[in-house]
Amino acid sequence: MAIKKICGIETEYGIIHQGTEEFNPAYSSSVLISAYLAAQESEHPRWDFNDEMPGNDARGFSRADVLSPDMHPQLANAILLNGARYYVDHAHPEISSPECGDALSAVLYDCAADVIMQRSMENANEMLPEGEQIIVYKNNSDGKGNSYGCHENYLMDRSVPFAVVAQGAMAHLITRQIYCGAGKVGTEIPGEEPTEGGFQITSRADFIEEQIGLETTIKRPIINTRDEPHADYRRFRRLHVIVGDANMSQAATLLKVGTTAFLLAMIEDDFLTREIIFANPVTAMRNVSRDLSLAEPQQMADGSQATALDIQWELYEMSRKFSEMGGLEHVGENTGQMVLDRWEQVLTGLEDDPTSLAQQLDWVAKHRLISGYRDRHGLSWDDPRLKAFDLQYHDLRPEKCIASRLGLEEIVAPEAVLEATATPPSDTRAYFRGRCLEKFGSHILAANWDSVLFAAGDDSLQRITLLDPMEGETEELARLFDMCETPAQLLEQMGGKHV
Amino acid sequence: MSDSSRKQTHRQKKAKSEHQEEAAESSSAMHDELDQILDEIDEVLEENAEEFVKSYVQKGGE
Repeated sequence: MAIKKICGIETEYGIIHQGTEEFNPAYSSSVLISAYLAAQESEHPRWDFNDEMPGNDARGFSRADVLSPDMHPQLANAILLNGARYYVDHAHPEISSPECGDALSAVLYDCAADVIMQRSMENANEMLPEGEQIIVYKNNSDGKGNSYGCHENYLMDRSVPFAVVAQGAMAHLITRQIYCGAGKVGTEIPGEEPTEGGFQITSRADFIEEQIGLETTIKRPIINTRDEPHADYRRFRRLHVIVGDANMSQAATLLKVGTTAFLLAMIEDDFLTREIIFANPVTAMRNVSRDLSLAEPQQMADGSQATALDIQWELYEMSRKFSEMGGLEHVGENTGQMVLDRWEQVLTGLEDDPTSLAQQLDWVAKHRLISGYRDRHGLSWDDPRLKAFDLQYHDLRPEKCIASRLGLEEIVAPEAVLEATATPPSDTRAYFRGRCLEKFGSHILAANWDSVLFAAGDDSLQRITLLDPMEGETEELARLFDMCETPAQLLEQMGGKHV
Repeated sequence: MSDSSRKQTHRQKKAKSEHQEEAAESSSAMHDELDQILDEIDEVLEENAEEFVKSYVQKGGE
């Protein structure tokens, strides 16, 4: 049965460090994060690796060779007041948003993460020696075949078999590219000639090589099988989606998360009216990314043909029907409605005149601009100026960022974004984590997604577990936070009760 | 309902011809606006594009 689609976005940002001979990206990422944390007044307890099991596979087995990020315990790894995790993942700074109650909240905290990155750059660059500068990019590849991810997470009902989830979600993850793509100049598939027009819709499609699998760094799959619910594993599954691009456009982020939440809720309720299966999903992923006309039919497993737009219209119609039969309950009433309306408007725009969406979709905005620049200067598609343009679209320095000059539609107010850098969502368990940090930060030894570890004051440690991501603010909890002056009081009042 | 009739329903819903007229009117305005943005971007683009692109190397992540 469908459950509320708690969701989140984790973004690995690209990073460069100018003015230094020996650029070590993990070290520079750590400098970036530490500079931000040092500039905050609040405490930022370290991350607790207690529940990390990235080798667990949703298909029912476990691999010991998939390492947890605690391989780098000396690098920055902290929890923020808004409930997010800010840390060095491999060679990148990453912010994993707090658990969000719906797609609109996910947009808000994604924007807050960008602001935190901007502040981090300012803080770090003030500390660095003259002539050095750290710069952060919200993109997914370096144009040379190295990719880093922007992952989404969705809470799902554990009782729905994983195979059903995988089968139902695949067609959406392939076809949603037409509005989620961040756009890219060139190709990063070794040996492939640049595509006609030199531009493709997504950054990530080049790096997707399998239909299904556990990997995230090599042979990346359309459906990732990592089985780490970070919650009660008897009730919940966390679908870890790794195919998406990091979006500069808020509308694209809203659609990316909002439409996927609809799809997953429909899968849980067995609402999909037919199975949509591609003959070759990996090929289709790449074909869709390369088809700027949006008119090229793909081969389906049943012998028929369909375009990504056809399939998106069909999934939209199913979602609309689902909403009329009570489905909005699982994706946020107002947000769900907003997603549906925008989904229809965007598919209509893509069908009639994609350039009409230049204020909403990254790939459309970027393509229009880069094409204009190319015409103006008479450049060929492999000119480095176009690749530089592409990179700079994602530069998070306000004075250099190209995306921020295009009048991309704002869905969340800038004031709300600023507030979200230091305030957790109230409708998920992030509320408890954030409030604990705000009030008792210096008494928290460590925390992670599903627990907070307190030094109770009498030399004992006490862990409060947060096994239900849907548990947000309640009157009782708000009262306890207002009333308790010490963590010992809070712990006593809660009487060992798990949130 | 077949795919094609589903799409027709959408097309009927939104009075396509009106939309196209509006699009034509705004097309030249959009062109001017694009020119203006490109002027602005010319001023902030990294000066040595070739060197910048070459030096932007990341390690794979995730």
